[in-house]
Amino acid sequence: MAQGATTPRQHYYVPQPMYWPVLGSASLFLMMLGGVFVMNASAGGWVSIAAGFMLILYMMFRWFGDVIGESEGGKYHGWEDVSFRWGMSWFIFSEVMFFAAFFGALFYIRVLSVPDLSSLEHNELLWPGFKGTWPSAGPGFEEKFSPMGAWGLPAINTALLLTSGVTVTIAHWALKEGKRGMLNLFLFLTIALGVLFLGVQAYEYGHAYADLNLKLTTGAYGSTFFMLTGFHGFHVTVGAIMLAVIFARCVKGHFKPDHHFAFEGVAWYWHFVDVVWLGLFIFVYWL
Amino acid sequence: MSAVVDTHGHGHEHGDHHGGYSGLMRWVTTTNHKDIGTMYLWFSFIMFMVGGVMALVIRAELFSPGLQIVNPDFFNQMTTMHGLIMVFGAIMPAFVGFANWLIPMQIGAPDMAFARMNNWSFWILPFAGALLIISFFTPGGAPGVGWTLYAPLTVQMGIGMDLTIFAVHLLGMSSIMGSINIVTTILNMRAPGMTLMRMPLFCWTWLITGYLLIAVMPVLAGAVTMTLTDRHFGTAFFNAAGGGDPVLYQHIFWFFGHPEVYIIALPAFGVVSQIIPAFSRKPLFGYASMVYATAGIAILSFIVWAHHMYTVGMPVTGQLFFMYATTLIAIPTGVKVFNWVATMWKGSLTFETPMLFAAGFLFLFTLGGFTGLVLSLVPIDIQLHDTYYVVAHFHYVMVAGALFAAFGGVYFWLPKWTGRMYDETLGKWHFWLTMIFFNVTFFVQHFSGLAGMPRRIPDYPLMFETWNKVSSIGAFGFGISQLLFLYVVLKCIRSGAKAPEKPWEGADSLEWTHLPTPAPYHTFETQPDLR
Amino acid sequence: MMLKKLGLGALLLTLSGLALAAEWNLQPAASKMAADIHWVHEMVMVLVLVLFVGVFGFMFWSCYAHRKSVGHKAAQFHENTTVEILWTVIPAIILVIIAVPVTKVVVAQKDTSAADLTIKVTGIQWKWAYDYLKGEGEGISFVSMLATSRAQIEGSAPKGENYLLEVDNELVVPVGKKVRVLTTAADVVHSWWVPAFGAKQDAIPGFIRDTWFRADRTGTYRSQCVELCGKDHGFMPIVVRVVPQEEYTKWVGEKKVALAKAADDETKSYTLEQLKTRGEKVYAANCVACHQASGKGTPPAFPPLDGSKVVLGPKDGQIDIVLNGRPKTAMQAFDRLNNVELAAVITFTRNNWGNRTGEAIQPAEIKARRK
Ligand code: HEA
Ligand code: HEA
Ligand code: HEC
Ligand code: CUA
Ligand SMILES: [Cu+2]
Repeated sequence: MAQGATTPRQHYYVPQPMYWPVLGSASLFLMMLGGVFVMNASAGGWVSIAAGFMLILYMMFRWFGDVIGESEGGKYHGWEDVSFRWGMSWFIFSEVMFFAAFFGALFYIRVLSVPDLSSLEHNELLWPGFKGTWPSAGPGFEEKFSPMGAWGLPAINTALLLTSGVTVTIAHWALKEGKRGMLNLFLFLTIALGVLFLGVQAYEYGHAYADLNLKLTTGAYGSTFFMLTGFHGFHVTVGAIMLAVIFARCVKGHFKPDHHFAFEGVAWYWHFVDVVWLGLFIFVYWL
Repeated sequence: MSAVVDTHGHGHEHGDHHGGYSGLMRWVTTTNHKDIGTMYLWFSFIMFMVGGVMALVIRAELFSPGLQIVNPDFFNQMTTMHGLIMVFGAIMPAFVGFANWLIPMQIGAPDMAFARMNNWSFWILPFAGALLIISFFTPGGAPGVGWTLYAPLTVQMGIGMDLTIFAVHLLGMSSIMGSINIVTTILNMRAPGMTLMRMPLFCWTWLITGYLLIAVMPVLAGAVTMTLTDRHFGTAFFNAAGGGDPVLYQHIFWFFGHPEVYIIALPAFGVVSQIIPAFSRKPLFGYASMVYATAGIAILSFIVWAHHMYTVGMPVTGQLFFMYATTLIAIPTGVKVFNWVATMWKGSLTFETPMLFAAGFLFLFTLGGFTGLVLSLVPIDIQLHDTYYVVAHFHYVMVAGALFAAFGGVYFWLPKWTGRMYDETLGKWHFWLTMIFFNVTFFVQHFSGLAGMPRRIPDYPLMFETWNKVSSIGAFGFGISQLLFLYVVLKCIRSGAKAPEKPWEGADSLEWTHLPTPAPYHTFETQPDLR
Repeated sequence: MMLKKLGLGALLLTLSGLALAAEWNLQPAASKMAADIHWVHEMVMVLVLVLFVGVFGFMFWSCYAHRKSVGHKAAQFHENTTVEILWTVIPAIILVIIAVPVTKVVVAQKDTSAADLTIKVTGIQWKWAYDYLKGEGEGISFVSMLATSRAQIEGSAPKGENYLLEVDNELVVPVGKKVRVLTTAADVVHSWWVPAFGAKQDAIPGFIRDTWFRADRTGTYRSQCVELCGKDHGFMPIVVRVVPQEEYTKWVGEKKVALAKAADDETKSYTLEQLKTRGEKVYAANCVACHQASGKGTPPAFPPLDGSKVVLGPKDGQIDIVLNGRPKTAMQAFDRLNNVELAAVITFTRNNWGNRTGEAIQPAEIKARRK
């Protein structure tokens, strides 16, 4: 902790002024504005979204390009590295809290609101005949649906993701040992497992919609199921893209055994996604 | 003390003085913490005026019973946007501005840890503000649901609601990035010898505030995201028919919302903790206990949220738990109040404008804290919930608390920022007018609240007329007094007398002892050794 | 410092002058619960005032005596473990002192068992519906809404004494009886409150929540909805008339007769004129808040009915909208109106303002479309 406070420092790298950030803000603005239009069935929304998306892709490409250039150009030393570590840790903490909101909603609904809606007085006055057993789509939901079982595809997915956690760790070890071939192989495996996971997830969604009559609109169960797994899937996608970038850099010969924070940061993120999945598997699918 | 002063002109990566761009582009592209701090502060003041004008619309409508100026729908929009803009647009950015300016200077760092991301944190804000303002011009106007955005009223709103939701997402992203930056800077960029327990208290309060922000802004993002999907994609988080619960929204919102009020208050505590010792010419009393109290407040703030929801019908055990937890916060906050008073005790006091604002803060914030304590007691809150008593409470802690501290901070550091002195006489006038009109506006709202006037209403029964008149007069006086502030600041920047190297005798943090006045564009490129 | 004192003094003087003219404290209690709350409030206020005066006594003394301008030299102490412990422990003790009596009141407030009378209160944008569920008066049910005229609100007529605090149908309860209030809502969250009883409970759509009161004095008690519920949140008062037991019994008898008389014959066919006359009343009671007497609404939030495609289109379409509402808009389901009322109001909207369909909708048609 107090490392910084006791060792004398070299120069800290403060980057040049640049307009990637404001470009990023503008593109977020465009995407959001477009999103609002689309959701309210106004024409032109998609154009705005597309424009924003292109801009932000361009911005990320350039910004990350700069960062990679700086990193490979030897601008970062131990001091900057510590900043990156703190930064990534706090960022992951914020992501944890984002998921906490949705897990909180799930627990609240399961433990409090659904049982409450089936209590005596509620049955008598508002929702006759409603039984508060989970999974439930609520007293106003009349169609039949089947919940998603845990021990089919979801279990396979769990295995896939856990394995990918192992492969990324092996890749990290290989990087530290300077075994580039193994690094590339295991990194590739990690990405492949991630993509496979996403494929299975997509198939499972199709199954839910087509065969189980389980949709985003299926009351509380559908909402929590799809929002939690959906946001998780989105994070896996982002993680896989980040891994792909890292993979490309590895192939190019970037990173040194003692200097590869970008790799580690992505690995941390991947583990975080993994842990969230475990929570999902237990509370959404299994229990 | 060895003045390890490092002015600009240092080759390296910095290029010329303002690095690359000039004119407007300098501000758009800057990675300099001082530039970014300045932008935050100006943005905040502009938002304060926008939100303030909305408050004046509210107060004008409430001057007399009956509907005079605006229709009820628009009134609700004013209330909502006033709350959102003041909290997210005015107060929070103001303190991020202070953090940007001061933290690197106070801990002896060359800049923020992530200078580029720092620019992004700021440049998200104007776009978020734009989304909020655009919502007024959509069919149906801005949302009229209160700054708390309670479901399921939000589901009834029009396009403006979606714009507001996205604005909240953007504001959240900005806050999270800003906080990661601040926390990392404090943890990793301190000069040798600047141990955590030697940091100025302002840095400590921001370290803890940053942590709070990173913990709760994502939760708010989750809450509004659920609102969005409930509105447009048929989810049922807040809909009983689907097994959800409108009260679930309230829980998630206040899990964010209560820590949020300390996010507003803690940096203000930090500013005041710099000012009071400086003008008492005496070290801060109980530094260590101040740190522990700040941490204590932050930790407790996570387990008290449901004191905003005593009337939703939770079980008695829930009410009691949240009541006990809430009252506990009085203890660490009390420690802070007592420490400040003890710092003044037997000092050698002078009352320049910053000190006046700090003393005003101390007095009125505590008053607001006490009304908070009154509200934390379930039976009393059952009477007072959603009345003007609550409005009075939170304006005491947020206006006389946070805003006063921000004013004090501006006067305190203006000489360091600009190299010029502000006009002391006018500053004092600003303080006294603000102080008096503040109380005229808000003290009487305790009475309306006790007597039973609900908040968020555009029209009211006749018995509340007197206090509403008084309050409206006060509000206009308060608003006009802020024009004086603008004038004092502009005058200082353009034609203030040159500030001495160390304008405040008792100030002792690095920015005063180790840097010239005004602070040069780049400071501490080589860190001072404080061991 | 003189300035500050003068300012404060002047302020206090003005305030005390005004205080005589205005309401400045809790409304007089009409139940033990409210009286307990007042007592707790006073106790806490006294404690807090003492603390406040104490703490700021120190501060102002030091502002006065330890000024540099009077030559006071700064002491350099910055720690003192004993006082620091003291000022942590003493507030803690004070909090415990406060917590004990408060806890008792909380527990009492939550005890809704053994009620003599149970009434369900439903918050609806922007009126209250009351259903007497158990106890004397069981079966009575009516809607209670603002009785103050638009003219008073808009300032074209002088405001009456109970401006905004008067309703067409008051809630009537017997004195000295424990009344359990179940709250719920039809659309958004509302909150039912009577300050004189110390009872406030949010009304949450889809859920039942409860509170209770026992009024010890007869009289009329007034209040308002206290949870933001949209445009007319400020215009949905609550009025409770507490009457002696005999009078209550009498009221129950009369109300039941009146309700039975008002009960509509749903099997009959009505003429266009009959429906329109009736419909105008129903419209005034249920629809004007949003669609306005002019039928022009306040677009875009509230669409006009005058010239509306739905109103001029096939009648089933309109019946469905009025019966079931439009999800996610303020247009709520009006299925609590009876078939005659619905038939009447729909006929009215189809044959008023510029709308001239000439169709008379019969109760049977409504019945057919009810799910
Ligand atoms: C800066 C912001 C800020 C701060 C610091 C506080 C501080 C506190 N607040 Fe406040 N509050 C708000 C902002 C803030 N609040 C806002 C914005 C709302 C309304 C939101 C909305 O609905 O729109 C609100 C609403 C609110 C409510 C809900 C009211 C209602 O809606 O019914 C409650 C209830 O418990 C409450 C309690 C408290 C308490 C106990 C404190 C405590 O932290 C205060 C502690 C301080 C002291 C007590 C004084 C100093 C202490 C001593 C001198 C020691 C000795 C004291 C004793 C032993 C008593 N607040
Ligand atoms: C820190 C935040 C903050 C600040 C600084 C303020 C500042 C003010 N607030 Fe704010 N207020 C809130 C946060 C804040 N408020 C919140 C969170 C709510 C709850 C919202 C909700 O219910 O959802 C609220 C609600 C609220 C209400 C209740 C509304 C209702 O329930 O319907 C009222 C009513 O009096 C009010 C009044 C004021 C006034 C008069 C000021 C004044 O201090 C403002 C003074 C400033 C100016 C006037 C601008 C500067 C001057 C100029 C631009 C010059 C031009 C002026 C003239 C020509 C006169 N506020
Ligand atoms: C709380 C406000 C409110 C009340 C009270 C209300 N309405 Fe509406 N009404 C609306 C809103 C909002 C819409 C628009 C819904 C939409 O956007 O689709 C609407 C739409 C309608 C429409 C469809 C109009 C069109 O052109 O789309 C009809 C018909 C209608 N209302 C009839 C009535 C009748 C009859 C009553 C009284 C029994 C009534 N409404 C009471 C708010 C209200
Ligand atoms: Cu109903 Cu407010
Ligand atoms: Cu709170």
